[in-house]
Amino acid sequence: MPKDGGIGASPKRREDIRFLTGEGVYTDDIQLQGQCFAYFVRSTVAHGTIGTIDTAATEAMPGVLAVFTGEDFKDVGGNPAGWLINSRDGTPMREPKRPVLAHGKVRHVGDAYAAVIAETYAQAKDAAEQLAADSEIEDLPAIVDMAAAVANADNRVHDEIPDNLCFDWGWVEDNRAAVDEAIKNAPHVTTLELVNNRLVPNAMEPRASIGEYFPGTGDYKLTTTSQNPHLHRLLISAFVMGIPENKLTVVAPDVGGGFGSKIYHYGEEALVLAAAKKLKRPVRWTAERSESFLTDAHGRDHVTKIELACEEDGTFIAFRTETLANVGAYLSNFATATPTFLHGTLMAGPYKVPNVYVNLKTVFTNTAPVDAYRGAGRPEATYSLERVIDKMCRELELDPFEVRRKNFITPDMFPYTTPVGLVYDTGDYNATLDKAMEMADVDGFEDRRAESAARGKLRGMGLSTWIEACGIAPSNLVGVLGSRVGLYDAATVRVNATGNISVMTGAHSHGQGHETVFPQIVAEKLGIDPASVEIVHGDTSKIPFGMGSYGSRSLAVAGSAMNNAVDKIIAKGKKIAAHMLEASEDDITFEDGNFAVAGTDKSLSFGEVAFSAYVPHNYPLETLEPGLEETSFYDPGNFTYPAGAYLCEVEVCPETGKVDVVAFYCADDFGNVMNPLIVEGQVHGGVGQGIGQALCEQTTYDADGQLLSASYMDYAMPRADDVPFYQVDYSCNTPCTHNPLGVKGCGEAGAIGSPPAVINAVVDALNSGGFTHITHIDMPVTPSRVWTAMQAQ
Amino acid sequence: MYNFDFVRPSTLAEAVIALAGDEAQPLAGGQTLLPSMKQRLNMPGTLVSLTGIADLKGVSGEAGASVTIGAATTHAQVAAEAGAFYPALADLAARIGDPAVRNRGTIGGSLANNDPSACYPAAVLASGATITTNKREIAADDFFDGMFATVLEEGEIITSVTFPIPQAAAYAKFLQPASRFALTGAFVARFEGGVRVAITGASEGGVFRWSDAESVLSNSFSGDALAGKLPAAEGMISDLHGSAAYRAHLCGVMTRRAVAAAG
Repeated sequence: MPKDGGIGASPKRREDIRFLTGEGVYTDDIQLQGQCFAYFVRSTVAHGTIGTIDTAATEAMPGVLAVFTGEDFKDVGGNPAGWLINSRDGTPMREPKRPVLAHGKVRHVGDAYAAVIAETYAQAKDAAEQLAADSEIEDLPAIVDMAAAVANADNRVHDEIPDNLCFDWGWVEDNRAAVDEAIKNAPHVTTLELVNNRLVPNAMEPRASIGEYFPGTGDYKLTTTSQNPHLHRLLISAFVMGIPENKLTVVAPDVGGGFGSKIYHYGEEALVLAAAKKLKRPVRWTAERSESFLTDAHGRDHVTKIELACEEDGTFIAFRTETLANVGAYLSNFATATPTFLHGTLMAGPYKVPNVYVNLKTVFTNTAPVDAYRGAGRPEATYSLERVIDKMCRELELDPFEVRRKNFITPDMFPYTTPVGLVYDTGDYNATLDKAMEMADVDGFEDRRAESAARGKLRGMGLSTWIEACGIAPSNLVGVLGSRVGLYDAATVRVNATGNISVMTGAHSHGQGHETVFPQIVAEKLGIDPASVEIVHGDTSKIPFGMGSYGSRSLAVAGSAMNNAVDKIIAKGKKIAAHMLEASEDDITFEDGNFAVAGTDKSLSFGEVAFSAYVPHNYPLETLEPGLEETSFYDPGNFTYPAGAYLCEVEVCPETGKVDVVAFYCADDFGNVMNPLIVEGQVHGGVGQGIGQALCEQTTYDADGQLLSASYMDYAMPRADDVPFYQVDYSCNTPCTHNPLGVKGCGEAGAIGSPPAVINAVVDALNSGGFTHITHIDMPVTPSRVWTAMQAQ
Repeated sequence: MYNFDFVRPSTLAEAVIALAGDEAQPLAGGQTLLPSMKQRLNMPGTLVSLTGIADLKGVSGEAGASVTIGAATTHAQVAAEAGAFYPALADLAARIGDPAVRNRGTIGGSLANNDPSACYPAAVLASGATITTNKREIAADDFFDGMFATVLEEGEIITSVTFPIPQAAAYAKFLQPASRFALTGAFVARFEGGVRVAITGASEGGVFRWSDAESVLSNSFSGDALAGKLPAAEGMISDLHGSAAYRAHLCGVMTRRAVAAAG
């Protein structure tokens, strides 16, 4: 058995050696014979009518090979939304086409309405500048504020949508009347209005694409920054360009972070393919950082009113929310799922609240499209809930720990059906809360607060007990809910003749460490050295059809497929071994990498059986095919439900309003843990992003729709000195009941659970410091905002 | 970035001639000019690098009297070498930007650019330094002329800056969370004849002397003496990082912190 490389071990990530030594191969690293460069002409106004685009001068410029405008793509299919959501009245959502290049109107700053292909990047950029000068764009009033967008029927992002509303969704609509009644009659109702701030994803590697066309065969190849190459292929083939799937290869090589923003198919990808065909040359494009700010799908951007009805002792009676969710100018591929089935369904939290109703209006604005970003809907749900609970505790002077315990779903209640449509399979929320309180030394907090006060700082503690639904998703369930795709994944385990193994997976690693952790699982099950297992991912010509990596699904879904494929390998190996050992298949055992006849000393190593499968001289050829390669498609039976308790301590400077996160404790239940080192890294990264959202990340459009925070001069990313040394625990695990590995997913947890813990701590610090008028401050709690709130007294 | 010509003269005289050319622009450390060129917001025909002129570099001085910094001296060199003469100035230089910025950026470039959030203008103005150019000597009080503006004329090159050494001084700044420039910074310098206070980052007019604070501190050099004193919020910068009122408030906080640090 692998002693230090199997399940539960923490080998260092094998892929990091190439990343850290500059040997990774990202899209922009790939140089091709005959390549040429695309540059996009992007709108500088948020909303405008496209008039004449005079391409003559541009086409005459040095090095220019081709010019494309929206006209060239007006007849091809639109980039679709992946989920159909119906409004409360049963009507389907409004679904404007998202074109490859804007046609008729530009709808946000950065919206590409033309592209220039030239011999060099500089020539393409020069020519694009000329084309911009020769393009007539007539300004229209920008639609930026969501409430104003819905109220103003005359000013429309899409001319055919009068109120800028994509849909008005109720979840669960049947709960509405009962929740209204419960809130009306409740002994106490706490109301909180809050903003879940828009975030720019800021993957370290900007988006990049290379289109190739092979005239001899009519094949296309797209190399692109994707979290899910098969999904890209499907979207391009079935919806946008009509290239048959078997004539299009999509390759996502090393990808430097995605956080959701690289799930989606973007127009630039279609353009480089179309241009490659036209020119019969490779056409490449790499975003400049400014383009990333303006055009990567942003995250969050909800404005919510939440009401919590409870007894005087804090027992929950009902929750009700009204939310405006921004989708920006166009529907990105999962833009309609994120605020609905990844958000409304989580609005019961880990609590046995009797009833919940969520109303959500999704609004078009002249801003960059908004879609799933690490956590995707679940951070918004968690933030609303954990903030309003904290506010209620303050109003009723109740202990926030005890209120959570009083309302937790307890282990004896599983499987537990929530009022918002999910069935939680397992969990132990008191256990993670106990653990977090122990780690954080809650009893010693008042001493620490006094010590901070002696240094002139206001110290506060904030709690968040979060739950999420990930490992997405059961295809039949999501189909009922409007998904237009299935959400299984697949793995092929190919045992080579010499006994080493290639595993082809539909999951895609863009920072998660799959190349390390997946071999641990295969090696553990086969009793072999993990170093003999290689992971192949990111190339539709090599891997089985899989749905990629997002929604903390890689391990729970693709990992389960891998597990099941290995089981098939073992089953076939037993048949081969039975023949070779002249024993009955039923008597063959497989343990520690050896096939043996039970009760005897007769055995064969895994390698011997593998060799026999490929050199079948002594082999049951009449009943068994040679070779040792198995594929499994795995469709999960349910979501997985990671949960946990986060405790945050902050110090607020009363002079400047600056917030320092001085301690952060995470007690998580991720089910079984495959590689603790990677799990800790995922939690660190997620909490870092959550602290960034809470403290500093501020995406600001002005009234004209100009992005004011469009560079790192104004968009504050969290830095090492903004985050504390995290304390992370994952020992309170209740294994998932419905996947073979018992795993739940850890990739988004930190970003989901942490923001309310930070804000609750800030409100606690300010209240304890005498600023008792402060019940809430919207994220990000910049020094200026905190100071301004303190002045309002 | 557009194409441009690049020259790197080794004497001031050559640089002056090169700068007389059409569309020529001087390049010091390039910490502002190069990013703006990359964004095609600036398009010089010729860049005249000043970093090859040995005469423009170095730190020299007389203990207790003055220190002179060559205009093309990097922040890192000032941080390393000016401390013997003027610790508060070296401390300021050591906290500009990050190591890459400090190894490229120069004091002359910073002053000629007069970014309203830059650190050096506060030190120069609070110290009552003298800016020497290829044409003349300019008192700090006369040099700065509003946001991104100075009294430098076309073709005029800063050659050095001479700081008188105060009895006590310190710089305190509050960082803008994204750029980590000074959202508001205060440089306080106590001389025998009185205290000078310069504020950067806060005002729409760029760096300025906070005269009310100067009179208070000249009478009593203590933070407590400043209690309740604030400059007017009118005319302060208001943006997504802070309102005008917040910046006015930070003027008080940072000045008190600088006084405390000066001791």
